[in-house]
Amino acid sequence: MRRAGVLALVALAIAALPAAAPTYQVTLMLPFMAYGVVLLGMNLLFGYTGLVSFGHALFVGVGAYTAAVLTTHLHIRHLELILPAAALAAAIVAAPVGALCVRYVKIYFGMLTLAFGMVFYTFLLKFYRLTGGDEGMRMLRPYLLGSGWEGFSKTAYLVGPYYYFSLAVLALATLLMWRIVGSPFGLCLRTIRDNPLKAESLGVSVPRYRWYAFMISAVYAGVGGALLAPPTGNVDPTLAYWTHSGNLVFMILLGGFGHFWGPLLGAFAFIYLQDLVMSVVPYWRLVFGALLALIVIAAPGGLMGLLARRRPAEIARA
Amino acid sequence: MILEAREVRKFYGEFCALDGVSLAVGEGEFVSIIGPNGAGKSTLLNVLTGTTRPSAGTVRFKGREVAGIGPVARARLGMARSFQLIQIFPELTVLETLQAAVASRLGHGTRLWRSLAGDRPVQEGALEAAELFRLADKRHVLASTLPQGDKKLLDVASAFALRPEIILLDEPTSGVSTADKHEIMEILVAAARRIGCQAIIQVEHDMDIVFGYSHRIIALHQGRVLADATPAAIKENTLVVDTMIGRAKR
Repeated sequence: MRRAGVLALVALAIAALPAAAPTYQVTLMLPFMAYGVVLLGMNLLFGYTGLVSFGHALFVGVGAYTAAVLTTHLHIRHLELILPAAALAAAIVAAPVGALCVRYVKIYFGMLTLAFGMVFYTFLLKFYRLTGGDEGMRMLRPYLLGSGWEGFSKTAYLVGPYYYFSLAVLALATLLMWRIVGSPFGLCLRTIRDNPLKAESLGVSVPRYRWYAFMISAVYAGVGGALLAPPTGNVDPTLAYWTHSGNLVFMILLGGFGHFWGPLLGAFAFIYLQDLVMSVVPYWRLVFGALLALIVIAAPGGLMGLLARRRPAEIARA
Repeated sequence: MILEAREVRKFYGEFCALDGVSLAVGEGEFVSIIGPNGAGKSTLLNVLTGTTRPSAGTVRFKGREVAGIGPVARARLGMARSFQLIQIFPELTVLETLQAAVASRLGHGTRLWRSLAGDRPVQEGALEAAELFRLADKRHVLASTLPQGDKKLLDVASAFALRPEIILLDEPTSGVSTADKHEIMEILVAAARRIGCQAIIQVEHDMDIVFGYSHRIIALHQGRVLADATPAAIKENTLVVDTMIGRAKR
């Protein structure tokens, strides 16, 4: 009950934020919500299945570029159509990539996902006529609920209708993920994370389930990537670059992969912390590097681990 | 015959781990495989369970060739196994471990949208297995924090939760205190009867356990079957007593 109360309060605070907070702070919530969707999916792979992907920016990139291509080239502006298309595109790319990657575990899985991510990055960079090269592509303002919101300035659009649309998508993604991890399927993923040999012995097909988890996480990354594009109005290859994948892993570690809400907290903390640090010192990566080391050494359970006060050793083994 | 192996050979490079092993296990049988270290017991168990493909020979389960079919297909056919080294899911509770086995057996593992808590067949099946193995009062305990004997029980219980027709146990009482050994065996035999498991094959070193529970004993030595007889006949077999049992006592 206490948990439900906290959740309701947080949801209420997020919903009330545009009315209460300065516009700039509200716009920072947009990448948080987009990353929230990405990380929910990524943690199904990381926290629940035990596979750390270092190439998930690939699917973020696929989602964002799908959105950009649809709005600028194909004149499809409805976000209600763009998001499923981004999910589909990510799934199409993930199907063969995942089938190959899930045959490997630990560092090999991580490196293989990284390699595929870099292949896609290079594709975006070199196929200039198709992708715009390093300049990327424009992402036109998408229609929401059938309306172009023409009377709204860019900022008013973003902190108004787009904010609430993103929030609705995040809420839906969270709800679906909550169902998935609480299903028999979610339990089977956790058996694979804990002991693949034993899981197979109980009849759980390890590669097949890993592939399912990979596909779901890629679809989430695609949707999140598409949500990430409108606030900047532009997509470029750095979305698929390996440091972006690194940031995703960092966010999960920051929030705590051993907990359902960890990745969301991680995305939130990352965005606001990055903004804060960047406004004080120019070397934000230096500060974040030190922070990452501190988390791994002192709080492997991340922020959520500290909040939930689970023993770190318990989570480190997860 | 439920499980039948004929002329099974297994080579690891030049080394011959199994050299023409034939055996058959029928309904209602409890068969123990004994032998000194390196006799090929674990290899035989791996071949019988379809984990390792034999270099030659056939393995049939209910008349079907199962050589090298792999653990997932084997589990689906109704053959379960446990391991010599305890295999558990450290971060799962006792009940969750058993739920995973039941969900897998019922084919509910791919149900993404169904709530596990609301899946009654899975819930009831897991609770039944927990009760059968006297783990019901520890059902919410994390597997990694269980005492050693209970970990072993959980490992075996999860294999039983698959409701197999035959179960193969690799040293079901290894790493467990002598006091706990008989309790584990009693629970195991009673559970097999309850779920209608038709045969048990175990690899075991403890001769008290072997002679106390088996209907038949297969003695393995250097990859060959040295003897295949009732416990009483094995005790009379001086060759077997000299090569394995006697040597252990000396």
